[in-house]
Amino acid sequence: MYLAKVYVTYKESILDPKGEAVHDALHRLGYTNVDSVELGKYFEIKLIAGKQPVEAEVDEMCDRLLANVNMESYRYEITEMEA
Amino acid sequence: MLKNNELTPEALRDSKAYQEWGLTDAEYQLIADDVLGRLPNYTEAGLFSGMWSEHCSYKNSKPVLKKFWTQGEQVLEGPGEGAGIIDIGDGQAVVFKAESHNHPSAVEPYEGAATGVGGIIRDIFSMGARPIALLDSLRFGEPTDTHTKYLIEQVVAGIGGYGNCIGIPTIGGDTVFDASYQKNPLVNAMCVGILNQADIQKGQATGIGNAVIYVGAKTGRDGINGASFASAEFNDAKASQRSAVQVGDPFMEKLLMEACLEVIHDHRDVLIGIQDMGAAGLVSSSAEMASKAGSGLKMNLDLVPQRESGMTAFELMLSESQERMLLCVKAGAEAEIVQVFEKYGLDAVTIGEVTAGHQYQLWHHDALVADVPVDALATKAPVYQREKKRPSRLNKQSHHQFMPRIVDATGALKKLLQQPTIASKKALYNTYDSQVQTNTVVKPGSDAGVIRIRHTDKALAVTTDVNGRYLYLNPRVGGEIAVAEAARNIVASGGQPLGITDCLNFGNPEKPEQFYDLDESAMGIARACQLFNTPVISGNVSLNNESNGEAIYPTPMIGMVGLIKHQRDITTQDFKQAGDAVYVLGETAADFNGSELQKMLTGEISGELFDFDLVTENRNQRLLLRAIQKGLVASAHDVSEGGLITTIAESCFGNGFGVKLKSEISATNFFAETQSRFVISVSSEHKAEFENLMEPYATYLGETTADDRLWIETADQTFDIQVSFAKRLWEGAIPCLLK
Amino acid sequence: MKFAVPVFPGSNCDHDMVNALRDILKADADLVPATTTDLTAYDAVILPGGFSYGDYLRSGAIARFAPVMTAVQAFAATGKPVMGICNGFQILTEAGLLPGALQANRSAQFICETSDLIVRNVETQFTSDYAAEAHLQLPIAHGEGNYYCDEATLAELRANHQIVFEYVDNPNGSVANIAGIINRQGNVLGMMPHPERAVEAILGSTDGLGIFKSLLARHEEATHA
Repeated sequence: MYLAKVYVTYKESILDPKGEAVHDALHRLGYTNVDSVELGKYFEIKLIAGKQPVEAEVDEMCDRLLANVNMESYRYEITEMEA
Repeated sequence: MLKNNELTPEALRDSKAYQEWGLTDAEYQLIADDVLGRLPNYTEAGLFSGMWSEHCSYKNSKPVLKKFWTQGEQVLEGPGEGAGIIDIGDGQAVVFKAESHNHPSAVEPYEGAATGVGGIIRDIFSMGARPIALLDSLRFGEPTDTHTKYLIEQVVAGIGGYGNCIGIPTIGGDTVFDASYQKNPLVNAMCVGILNQADIQKGQATGIGNAVIYVGAKTGRDGINGASFASAEFNDAKASQRSAVQVGDPFMEKLLMEACLEVIHDHRDVLIGIQDMGAAGLVSSSAEMASKAGSGLKMNLDLVPQRESGMTAFELMLSESQERMLLCVKAGAEAEIVQVFEKYGLDAVTIGEVTAGHQYQLWHHDALVADVPVDALATKAPVYQREKKRPSRLNKQSHHQFMPRIVDATGALKKLLQQPTIASKKALYNTYDSQVQTNTVVKPGSDAGVIRIRHTDKALAVTTDVNGRYLYLNPRVGGEIAVAEAARNIVASGGQPLGITDCLNFGNPEKPEQFYDLDESAMGIARACQLFNTPVISGNVSLNNESNGEAIYPTPMIGMVGLIKHQRDITTQDFKQAGDAVYVLGETAADFNGSELQKMLTGEISGELFDFDLVTENRNQRLLLRAIQKGLVASAHDVSEGGLITTIAESCFGNGFGVKLKSEISATNFFAETQSRFVISVSSEHKAEFENLMEPYATYLGETTADDRLWIETADQTFDIQVSFAKRLWEGAIPCLLK
Repeated sequence: MKFAVPVFPGSNCDHDMVNALRDILKADADLVPATTTDLTAYDAVILPGGFSYGDYLRSGAIARFAPVMTAVQAFAATGKPVMGICNGFQILTEAGLLPGALQANRSAQFICETSDLIVRNVETQFTSDYAAEAHLQLPIAHGEGNYYCDEATLAELRANHQIVFEYVDNPNGSVANIAGIINRQGNVLGMMPHPERAVEAILGSTDGLGIFKSLLARHEEATHA
């Protein structure tokens, strides 16, 4: 069994209004030292090895569904875990 | 089979752990001695704690609710079912109910508000009706501190998040800000549905051997014993209690709604009953369905779809996981029903059956874990006649009306338009989809929202209202005014008031002064309802709205629905063209106690509430409705918070017309909140007939103009301001405060 | 002319669309489930608004894999008209039938209001009923209607007159005020505003009628030619 941790965030040039809203809220709470907030998505996917290597499969999942590569980028970490 | 962490019946008795679930010693004794004749086990005591909570049993409020007028020939279903039903002719009926979600919203405002919306929608479609409109009545503290801003943002986002996704338009409501609600915000959601009378459903489980089917989301450990939680008072020391929060899934509910409506319409020959799993989840829905039908019930909890492992019977029965329904279906037809839900990708599992006798029996891991009389759970909760004492705040009241002296009329108007309660709520309601289903004729921001009924000439006007400040000064008259103002909103939109639902938001009823507020306001509401012929057909009670011993203003939210017989009668508050005559219907007096002006100038409200006469109110409403139905009225707007000047300004804002008016009333009194008044505009061709009809109750003030100018020459001063500028102040205030 | 309106789990403007087509435009229209694999019996497909699959991942991201979308791809390839409204537009971009993507509104909030639009291209089969540069008032209701595409795509959209509707007062932060675009071939249109909400005077506007009338007229021409 594998555990894939997938992180999806907006590409650099894309406006992230939700992140900005959180940034502003933190400032309102007095955390004026906060410079920037990026709000993204985090997935934990447990899977067993399929036909392809796990890494290739996770990459494909990200590309096809988990991220919209027009505006988002993704990265992932895969670890082997006890079933 | 008892779980290790569950106390034995004896240990439960000795430790009095049931107190944490809201059961009193006396109630526990009653269960042990009279109901069961033995000690209840852990699960059984849990069932009673949920069912005997205020939320499910109304044990503190029953004597008060009895005072409500619930009759009327239009009533097809009064209080008691999921929601009330009113006849609107042509074999159709309107179903509506409101429910509070105050405590969950204080703890987790987004999910608290969202699940409040989700719950009230289930109440409506479980009656067989398609939900067609949502409204929200919100009360927050002054929007000046960070926490209140956070609450506002999140509550509004939660309401929109749920309603927008499920596809039911949010078409109205009201939002008020006052320090009284700082630590105890109110989130009351109302849903309106429409059905053919042949489709009316009841939440009942009859017929020995018939199946009890669980449908919808799986059960998890969220919101365990939420009903008892909702009925408890907040207190900083008990912050650990603040964990009973459910998460809503509007997508799941959309599928659940479509599947349930399909079962109701297409499988009515095998469907016996259907009920939402709301407060106290599985136990309340199943016990109520069996008790109403005079049946017994047994369920095997191993069959309940579960999201988490190792759940106990106690947890399964008292979980308030959302988006679940319980159905009673004819034996043998289970597969037919399950198939419908499977088509929508939903769980539907037979978990029990109707039995002979009157016992409620639960099996878990092959053991009988609860065996109690079903009526004891559903209907035999003790009823408390609480002590009532006139509050000292009323005894100390000044008998004089507050006498403001306005020296700069236009300046005062500018300031008033920016008071959070008066200012435009557009920034909030623009985040709600108000048009989905394509029936919305009058969108949020007018006196009432209006929905046309497709393929007929009819429409429904809906509104929510209550001014807690008036009730704080006089709970009985304030209760009358709450109903009167709701009716005024309906009439100004061209509708005949049909009936009301309510959320009674009050403090701790065990305190005699707070019970006084509850009881008195109910008497006021009852009297007004009778006079307007608007029976109470549904509602809920939210008590213990206190924080650290301080109660909120008495706030019985009134949700009213009215019928507009012909769509040509639909009327809005906006002036329609230049050159129309402007009138005020009703007398204006120096009524300032409890007014927005008093609040603005002194920072508080005080003194005896001004006089209010229901008979005058009713007469003026009837006069206006007749004028509208005769086609004489171009616009109508009820006068409420902020007085005549606010009403006139708002009538200008919609379409950007100005006014040139002249009045014998003093500039100060233009801010008075005398009840029973409307601002009406009439085109020149209808002027004579209108005046004839209204004589002597309406006063001519002047004309609308094409100029961007609000100009009113009063007895002493002149209001003079650019309409567009005033509108900017009025619309800009809330976004500015929330920044 | 026969319209198909695919219903995804979570669609909520599907009935509104069919009501507009049947009651107001007197056209044939069917709701078809997302499991449908064959749309060849239809003359046009309209993907309705709503929250398909809850829009929990990204608007339209899951719907694009529904079986009906394979049929929509095939249908579009034949050159017949496909239109996506709101969530339908989001699905079309996720499916790659239209370029770009719809991201969260600049305000990070859902917006429901009447938007002023300009019709920038009246040479399409969806807009031929409008006068050039016509101003329309159409309702919008979305949380993720902020159209994004990169510079190169925008240049291409402009060069090929693929920008069909523009906002007058950009409500959501869209690139180049884009409210609706068409594909290069001219048969797939996506737009955030809701024309089906603007087909009756009692509901506030009839400016949406032109889109449906354009389609009906084109079909009439084609079948009688």
